[in-house]
Amino acid sequence: MSAGIEPETREVVEAPDLEAALPSVSNRVRELPPWTPWAVLGASAVVVGGLVLALGGGIALAVVATAVVFALALYVASRVVEGPRKATDRLVTALVSIAFLIAMAPLVSVVFTVLSNGIARFDAQFFTYSMRGVIGEGGGGYHAILGTVVITALAALLSIPVGLLTAVYLVEYGRGALARWITFFVDVMTGIPSIVAGLFAFALFALFAGPGVRMGFMGSVALSVLMIPVVVRSTEEMLKIVPNELREASYALGVPKWRTILKVVVPTSIAGIASGVTLAIARVIGETAPLLIAVGITTGVNLNPFDSRMATLPVFAYYSYVAPGVPREPFIDRAWTAALVLIVLVMVLNLAARLIARLFAPKTAGR
Amino acid sequence: MGKSIEAESLNIYYGSFLAVEGVDMTIRPQTVTALIGPSGCGKSTFLRSINRMHEVIPGARVEGRLLLDGRDLYGAGVDPVGVRRQVGMVFQRPNPFPTMSIYDNVVAGMKLNNKKVKKSALDELVERSLRGANLWNEVKDRLDKPGSGLSGGQQQRLCIARAIAVAPDVLLMDEPCSALDPISTLAIEDLINELKTEYTIVIVTHNMQQAARVSDYTGFFNIEGTGKPGHLVEMDETRTIFSQPKQKATEDYVSGRFG
Repeated sequence: MSAGIEPETREVVEAPDLEAALPSVSNRVRELPPWTPWAVLGASAVVVGGLVLALGGGIALAVVATAVVFALALYVASRVVEGPRKATDRLVTALVSIAFLIAMAPLVSVVFTVLSNGIARFDAQFFTYSMRGVIGEGGGGYHAILGTVVITALAALLSIPVGLLTAVYLVEYGRGALARWITFFVDVMTGIPSIVAGLFAFALFALFAGPGVRMGFMGSVALSVLMIPVVVRSTEEMLKIVPNELREASYALGVPKWRTILKVVVPTSIAGIASGVTLAIARVIGETAPLLIAVGITTGVNLNPFDSRMATLPVFAYYSYVAPGVPREPFIDRAWTAALVLIVLVMVLNLAARLIARLFAPKTAGR
Repeated sequence: MGKSIEAESLNIYYGSFLAVEGVDMTIRPQTVTALIGPSGCGKSTFLRSINRMHEVIPGARVEGRLLLDGRDLYGAGVDPVGVRRQVGMVFQRPNPFPTMSIYDNVVAGMKLNNKKVKKSALDELVERSLRGANLWNEVKDRLDKPGSGLSGGQQQRLCIARAIAVAPDVLLMDEPCSALDPISTLAIEDLINELKTEYTIVIVTHNMQQAARVSDYTGFFNIEGTGKPGHLVEMDETRTIFSQPKQKATEDYVSGRFG
């Protein structure tokens, strides 16, 4: 009974309060116009940046000073007009944006440098000529591109089955000590320096084929040591997010566990697994150190990974730089172009991973 | 066709923890049996032990006997996978396979087991199962669309169609309506009434009106306290359980005085 009366009373009390509050509310939401941050940024760049430059400070100092003054000025302006809450919001937004720009700077710088230096030899000849018999201008990285593709493909062929099956074991079957040990060693493997992987392959093959042996397959083994933990980890994550209800639904239909994994669990997570594998390939395709040790370099095309040295893009770029011929410039140019090709390959693989994730994703539309 | 289920002093363990103790129960063929009781009293565990689904949790085991038409489901040499083909199950949350179309979801029991069935026979099976689940008219024009695009109630009926497509003898339902709205719930309840002409149905529910509406027999499970095993307090015709139960605890529960 009393509960029925109470809200009414409260409404009566509140009504005049609310009206009195209204004007002050509209007062408090005073806002700076949306272009304010840009105006403040422009002003601080012209005034502070210009001042620093005029006083003989470097461009870096000018940028840093601009950023600091911009963040402070925006905070003060917002505090005066909009109040402390909004001002803090603007300050943090400015800080996060500046941090993002700082993080972007090296990436943009690398891409720009490699692009501007590598574009000169990014021509048809680079993709069709090897270095056999080339001592000066001309030649290309055809042999290195093929080598990289062959060695990385072999590494993927070794790592993907091992990695997938390990992940399936860990998620679907692994209980107790063995699973814990495997998880531990996968973690350890994730941290192995790539040069150690190269030395491992070198030492392993020295046992069978004598010391000093070099072949593409050794490089693949070294790369798969680096790739397996990445594949295990990403696949494990993907299998874990398959809802248990789907496994149970399958068991309840009288489907054995292995068929459930093969036909329900893996297909449901295939998009994530495929894009994870693609990213793992992108991760190892640019490895230099292990290939330097295990595969070496050569000037001609060698498509047989089980016989003698092979050229690869990273090692090709490295040797072109540390041991150029005379004249020096053509070698340096080819090194930049090799780096550019590598970056393009990694970028294509990353885009492919996104595309795969979208294409294989379970379809939920169609209502 | 529906088969009878008999539990004889059945104890169900998770590792060393006794979850359900001493269940003696007889479920007649082609009837609907509702299992009611407070949360954690072991009714879902008991339900899952009927098709050995509780075994997917490591360390789960049973003592005592569970007979399906006189054959011990836990006898030596009985394959749990075979048991699950005879005893189908519908879960609390609708769980159609997201990678499959409506059509493929219905025949998932065949497809996943790589049974070679003629296309015409499959088509017929899909239509029969979807009609059996009262879903045919709603989805017949979009059988190739993903099952996850249906509404919750339709998805649950799709799951029922999937379960009856493998022609089980028994259908277990673990709170099949608790994630559904009243209209979808009504549709499922009507369906349960039709299905009992062919299957033996055991349904776990927290909704006592639902138990009263759909079931012929009702079993009341209870638990003394946390950490204690759940047990079957009383089982009788639904009418009797809800009007004049023999046990005080049952009367308190069905009249809403606790739980």
